Amino acid sequence: MKRLPYVLFALWMLALAASPFLASNYIVKIATFLAMYAALALSWNFIGGYAGYPSFSTAAFFGLGAYSGALMQNAGLWVGAAWVGAAIVTTVFAALLGFAILRMRGHYFAIASIALVEVLMLIASTWAGFTGGGEGLNVKIMPGGPNYIGRVFLYTMLCIMLAAFIATVLVDRGRLGFGLRCIQQNEDAADMVGVDVTRYKTAAFALSAVFCGAIGAAYASWVAYISPVDSFSILLTLKVPVMVLLGGPGTVFGPVIGSAAFVLMEETIWAKFLDYHQAILGVIIVLLIFFLPGGLLRLFSRRGAA
Amino acid sequence: MSVPLLQVDNLSKSFGGIQAVRDVSFTLEEGEIVGLIGPNGAGKTTLINLVTGVFPASSGKVTYRGEDVTGQRPFQAARRGLARTFQIVQPFPAMTVLENVAAGALFAGAAASRAEAESAALAHLEFAGLAAQARRPAASLTLPSRKRLELAKSLAMKPKVLLLDEVNAGLNSSEIDHALALIRSIAARGITIIIVEHLMKVVLSLSQRILVLHHGELISAGRSEDVVKDPRVIEAYLGSKFAERQKKLARARTPA
Repeated sequence: MKRLPYVLFALWMLALAASPFLASNYIVKIATFLAMYAALALSWNFIGGYAGYPSFSTAAFFGLGAYSGALMQNAGLWVGAAWVGAAIVTTVFAALLGFAILRMRGHYFAIASIALVEVLMLIASTWAGFTGGGEGLNVKIMPGGPNYIGRVFLYTMLCIMLAAFIATVLVDRGRLGFGLRCIQQNEDAADMVGVDVTRYKTAAFALSAVFCGAIGAAYASWVAYISPVDSFSILLTLKVPVMVLLGGPGTVFGPVIGSAAFVLMEETIWAKFLDYHQAILGVIIVLLIFFLPGGLLRLFSRRGAA
Repeated sequence: MSVPLLQVDNLSKSFGGIQAVRDVSFTLEEGEIVGLIGPNGAGKTTLINLVTGVFPASSGKVTYRGEDVTGQRPFQAARRGLARTFQIVQPFPAMTVLENVAAGALFAGAAASRAEAESAALAHLEFAGLAAQARRPAASLTLPSRKRLELAKSLAMKPKVLLLDEVNAGLNSSEIDHALALIRSIAARGITIIIVEHLMKVVLSLSQRILVLHHGELISAGRSEDVVKDPRVIEAYLGSKFAERQKKLARARTPA
């Protein structure tokens, strides 16, 4: 077992966790985003990387988590319980829907998964009596100063990132990961070889939702205001897969590396090109497809670190 | 008589207006090697797909060891011990040869862990003569090796019945001899085999019994020697004209 990548990962977590003691609030915010996107990318990796299903449902899970967390919190539930509740709601939703849309393959699945985002956004913006409609929803602001709140959310996101990472390591080494890799390679052959493909794909889809739901709920508490367009953002749903592809899909460390590279690029380079940054995203996607189909990890090891 | 290992009753399958398999019935006893032959498009692969659950049957029944398994899914067939190989090989291309076989051992062959599956897989690769290639990606294998990989993978699933769909298609004659020896040694392990095959040399040398499909119907079944003399079989393969001539020749030969 190669130990070095795990050591580097632990150091990276420590560096992010130490940021409030060493750097400005701006850096703490970036560290929080780094943890958040790492967790989102690790989540997408289950369905998009291991199972090879091009899911664009990240924003659906994120938004559903944000709304259900906010609604539970506004109904009087304790913040932490609301986050856990949101994760559960999102996971159940993903498992039920996954069972239906995972029968589709390739482009059809991609379209169905993106439709999920749109449908949920429409519900959130039209069901005004429950969700606040297009005006959005205010969430109770946490007590404590901005420094304190900043730290709470940094550590929350770090915990979710660590949980997603541990889940990834367990899946990667276990039966589920092996079966998903078979499905990614050749689904019919996987079925023939005894893999219960429907159950495995549904498990991967649910795993890709659980942490997104928790993050969405935490995010809602963090920004204290959510709206349909922000919560069910198409840009988010595209960004996260790109991060994983950038790092290396179907690997343990790829999503962490890819999301970090992406967020840091966004903060340093793109902030200077506000008008063009979506165009730059498009160019990156194209370059990735042509030059780095295996992701950044391929640059370090010829066979792609497993 | 004891319960047959596999029993197929009045199995039919239509795709829209096309009747691919029509009212096919047969039984399979433990330890048999049965040949399934028929001209192109006769429905041989469809029949295998129906038995292993790739397609649901339009009507009819499949019974395996006394249990009705008609509506089963492919992974259930695999776990029950009905393994099959594909006419067009279906490896997991980016995985190693060893991982390909280990998948069979882990998901259908009841291996408890990945380590156990890999050690079982190694034994099957040695049996199939692929041990030297164990660490190579499956995509890098030549066609004869891929066919052997399919065999090793299905053996790792610990099958009771092995359905071989044209394992020899595309092989040259020395490669075929090699494959034949392999199939014989699989049968020697007590695995029951249905073999779909175009090459009569292979079918006749392996199978005790032959089933003949034509336009989706079972037109003949029985001992190999009898089936190849069956006029319906000759007609299906060589046309009615040829069958007529054969009949005349036969009549001329028998003294009145």
